[in-house]
Amino acid sequence: MSDKKKWMPRWFYQLASPRWSYEIMGKLLPGFVVAALLFLVAGTVWALAFAPADYQQGNSFRIIYIHVPSAILAQSCYMLMAIAGAIGLIWKMKVADMVAKACAPIGVSVAILALATGAIWGKPTWGSWWVWDARLTSMLILLFLYLGVIALNSAIESETTAARASAVLALVGLVNIPIIKYSVDWWNTLHQPATFKLTERPAMPAEMWVPLLVMVIGFYCLFSVSLMMRTRNEILYRERRASWVRELLEKR
Amino acid sequence: MDQTVTNEQSNQPESSAQGLFWAVLKRDLMLAYRKKSDLFNPLIFFLMVATLFPLGVSPEPDFLAEVAPGVVWVAALLATLLSMDSLFRSDFEDGTLEQTLLSPQPLFVIVLAKVVAHWMMSGLPLTLLAPLLGVMLFLPSEGMGGLMLSLLLGTPTLSLIGAIGAALTVGLRKGGVLISLLVLPLYIPVLIFGTAAVQAAVTGLPLAGFFALLGAMLALGMVMAPLAIGAALRISVSG
Repeated sequence: MSDKKKWMPRWFYQLASPRWSYEIMGKLLPGFVVAALLFLVAGTVWALAFAPADYQQGNSFRIIYIHVPSAILAQSCYMLMAIAGAIGLIWKMKVADMVAKACAPIGVSVAILALATGAIWGKPTWGSWWVWDARLTSMLILLFLYLGVIALNSAIESETTAARASAVLALVGLVNIPIIKYSVDWWNTLHQPATFKLTERPAMPAEMWVPLLVMVIGFYCLFSVSLMMRTRNEILYRERRASWVRELLEKR
Repeated sequence: MDQTVTNEQSNQPESSAQGLFWAVLKRDLMLAYRKKSDLFNPLIFFLMVATLFPLGVSPEPDFLAEVAPGVVWVAALLATLLSMDSLFRSDFEDGTLEQTLLSPQPLFVIVLAKVVAHWMMSGLPLTLLAPLLGVMLFLPSEGMGGLMLSLLLGTPTLSLIGAIGAALTVGLRKGGVLISLLVLPLYIPVLIFGTAAVQAAVTGLPLAGFFALLGAMLALGMVMAPLAIGAALRISVSG
């Protein structure tokens, strides 16, 4: 059996232990808090004070620095939820189930943030708060998918059954992700095309997109902080009968 | 009618995936035929939803003709959703579902047969009833063919997606509202292309693209959805 295990790194197996995961997340957490603060503060100041104004939209374009990171994060968070759910289904890993459960509420808030900033941006640019455009609608569907996963999770009493059922639902909902991603390319819509692409340089000048990149990294760090805190909470709650949790709580 | 699937039957040489499919399909259709209210309630609901629009919004023929594709499609979607909850519920309650999951027969085939049976009892009658609604809502006659063909291609996809929701919620006492919450977001793409096909048919634009997309969704659903339904059933029953 030891030969078989070699193709997966050791930490992957150790993640299966709630206690080990709790401790490693506790060690990683301060680093991510510092990184999130650093990137978000630097990015915000850079974006609001130093980045040049857009030649068409003036200063109203600056909301892009919150809108784009939150929209990217809303999709990544869903992918992570589905992947963690799949790992939980396949390897029956408890921690993966907890990560998937922790993802959903964060995903909801980020998706709402993306939709709200989009609406605020849409008012001066397009003249209306909401347009039934492909990107906007598919983003709204993503929000509904998150809400469905949460509703299903809270409707089923047994924790393991709830986790497995929501994992199946999350995997089914994964078909929406490419629709959101490519909606601006597939349909002629009002929404402007993707800001970042892996294969091309952004169409914006560097002074505009570098702060945006900083903000995206900051959002990911903030997401990691929030996810680890939620997962640690969930681990403590589910392992509340384990002796190590009791010892930990008595120490406080 | 001794067509129930048992372990002994699998040892007989004539039992095959095809035979199993027909046996399950026949059983489900027979059950539906014996309990006619399940058969007619979605159809009545379909008619009533469509009646609400002229009464609630406007009886103007021009306006109705414009919204008819959407109204018929939304009504069909809601009617399918309404009938979805009963798909696995009676089987779950009397223990048949547990036996099905324990049997050595491929679950994929059984699930597909059940969904096909469900579609023949909901989606197909809805499609046949749609021209009546089209006339009631002053849909131009050029759009009628597009309406029926789009429903014929789209409603099986609705049944397949809805069955995933039904399978996930079958173990819960109050699954009805939850199903709509889980399934409606996944229905939206079918709705968009279904109504777009009808609108294109009314205005005389080429239809092939919309039907290709609806067909692609159906093909994807036929291949993937039974896997998800099977997995969801196993989770619901074991939990």
